[in-house]
Amino acid sequence: MKTDTVWRHLTLMPAILLFALLTILPLANLVALSFNDVEWVNREAVWEWVGFEIYAALPEDNLLRAGVVNTLIFAIVAVALQMLIGFVLALLTTRVVRGRVFYRTVFILPILVPGIIIGAIWKLMYSYDFGVLNSLLMWLGLTPQDWLGDPDLALLSVIIVDVWHWTPFCFLLLLAGLESLPDDIFEAARIDGATGWQLLRHITLPLMLPTIAVTFVFRMILAFKVFDEIYLLTGGGPGTSTEVISFTIYRRFFTEDQTGYGAAMSIAVIAVIAAMIVGAMRATAGKGAKA
Amino acid sequence: MIGATERRVAIGRHIVLIGFALVVLFPFFWIISAAFKTQIDLLMGKVLFEPNVQGFVKVIFDKTSDFVRNFSNSMIIGLVSTFLVLTVATLAAFSLYRLQWPGWVLHSLLGWSVVFHMVPPITLAGAWYTMFRAVGLDNTYTGIILAHTTLHLPMALWMMGVFVRDVPRELVEAAQIDGARIPQTLWYVVLPIVRPGLAATGILTFIFSWNEFPVVLVLSQRQTATVPLGIGKYAQENTIAFTEMAAASTLSILPAFFLLLFAQRFIVRGLTSGAVK
Repeated sequence: MKTDTVWRHLTLMPAILLFALLTILPLANLVALSFNDVEWVNREAVWEWVGFEIYAALPEDNLLRAGVVNTLIFAIVAVALQMLIGFVLALLTTRVVRGRVFYRTVFILPILVPGIIIGAIWKLMYSYDFGVLNSLLMWLGLTPQDWLGDPDLALLSVIIVDVWHWTPFCFLLLLAGLESLPDDIFEAARIDGATGWQLLRHITLPLMLPTIAVTFVFRMILAFKVFDEIYLLTGGGPGTSTEVISFTIYRRFFTEDQTGYGAAMSIAVIAVIAAMIVGAMRATAGKGAKA
Repeated sequence: MIGATERRVAIGRHIVLIGFALVVLFPFFWIISAAFKTQIDLLMGKVLFEPNVQGFVKVIFDKTSDFVRNFSNSMIIGLVSTFLVLTVATLAAFSLYRLQWPGWVLHSLLGWSVVFHMVPPITLAGAWYTMFRAVGLDNTYTGIILAHTTLHLPMALWMMGVFVRDVPRELVEAAQIDGARIPQTLWYVVLPIVRPGLAATGILTFIFSWNEFPVVLVLSQRQTATVPLGIGKYAQENTIAFTEMAAASTLSILPAFFLLLFAQRFIVRGLTSGAVK
């Protein structure tokens, strides 16, 4: 029996060690960095305690403000469009039996491709001089657009890429949800004379709420992490028009070498996300108790 | 009569789906066709062109191209970190769900892994860089593999947890009553049951490690650079070598594409076990 206690601990140890050494320890490191001004003197780090000075400076940072605002716009608009288009398409195409494997293969493909390559593909298509989108516009007799170079258009262009990238997957998840709904409720409502709109409004939507919520949360989390596509497409520019939060952290930490500043931003982001998770868990727990 | 309307509806659905599929596929056709164009054909926006493999030849054989090295780096990092992730996640999932840990252990470990999974990787990459540099692990396979293993552990833990919970408790208990130790129980009882789960988790972990960008951007230099870094480099040159970028992109989609063709069952299972349960 004794050896089993040892083995029991051994089975959990690798995961705990990895988390402790590579997530908790770095997090502690970030916290320490965010309260200190670190300078390199003769290849040695000199730490100077500055208290909350760095955190106090965060709200004044225009780049960070642009990053937060753009991330929010990006996440909300892109995810809303993906969910809406995905849901409409799912409603239009339920119960297609033939060709399922083919369609599924096509719709999964975009999310298995590296984000950086999605960026490369669209950079080609968005090119002002020879991109396919401008060729199409000119063929239609419209003026070509500087998709990635126009500050008013760049964020929208990036959102379009994300919508293309993720709508198929939202569609698949929502379709799976729709197809798992019980048929008899719809049958009964139809016999009672419910119209298509009433069916959607009073039966489909309420029953689909859990699937919609899961898809939404899943997408929002990923949308807040967006980095790769934007790195390749615009690098945050022109100006700060496509600056997103991951990018701001990367820039401050690495290209500008403001370690403490980057660390403080990272901690702030982690804190906000942890708070959101706790909030969401409380909310769902409350609902679960009522139901 | 009903048959006729139903048929019409079915055809309408297929038209919607085919239109959608074309929109999804078009950018891929575009990049593949760009890969077979010459730089001049590409810059002139030619639709009809003579296929040309110069881009591929340059990407693979040119002395200045790092693509082959990037590709093998991605393979090494992807395969080793996938193996580590599977080992660690299976052990931990089995331990948590079948070896009677107190609730707080289960909840704090899973809770932390959810939080960590939601945080943008770039927030920790900075600290990894500083720590790895302090112990000489920056720009090494070991460092990047450790980072990728940690990064994908939450997803794997979640997925393997779903599959391990399919292992009947009675089976594990029976094995233990028969005198099997934990390693034997794992090997002879649990592993055969969770094998499809290992395939699903492993394939997705490999693909996500292959695709991962921000962490390798921070941790690696030329010697350990992976495919996404190589592609990113093309886009940063002053005059972008578009044909080469397109050729390299086309080649680097291949692993995911073949996995999708031949192991779709596992990929779908993995993706849905993560999202639905």
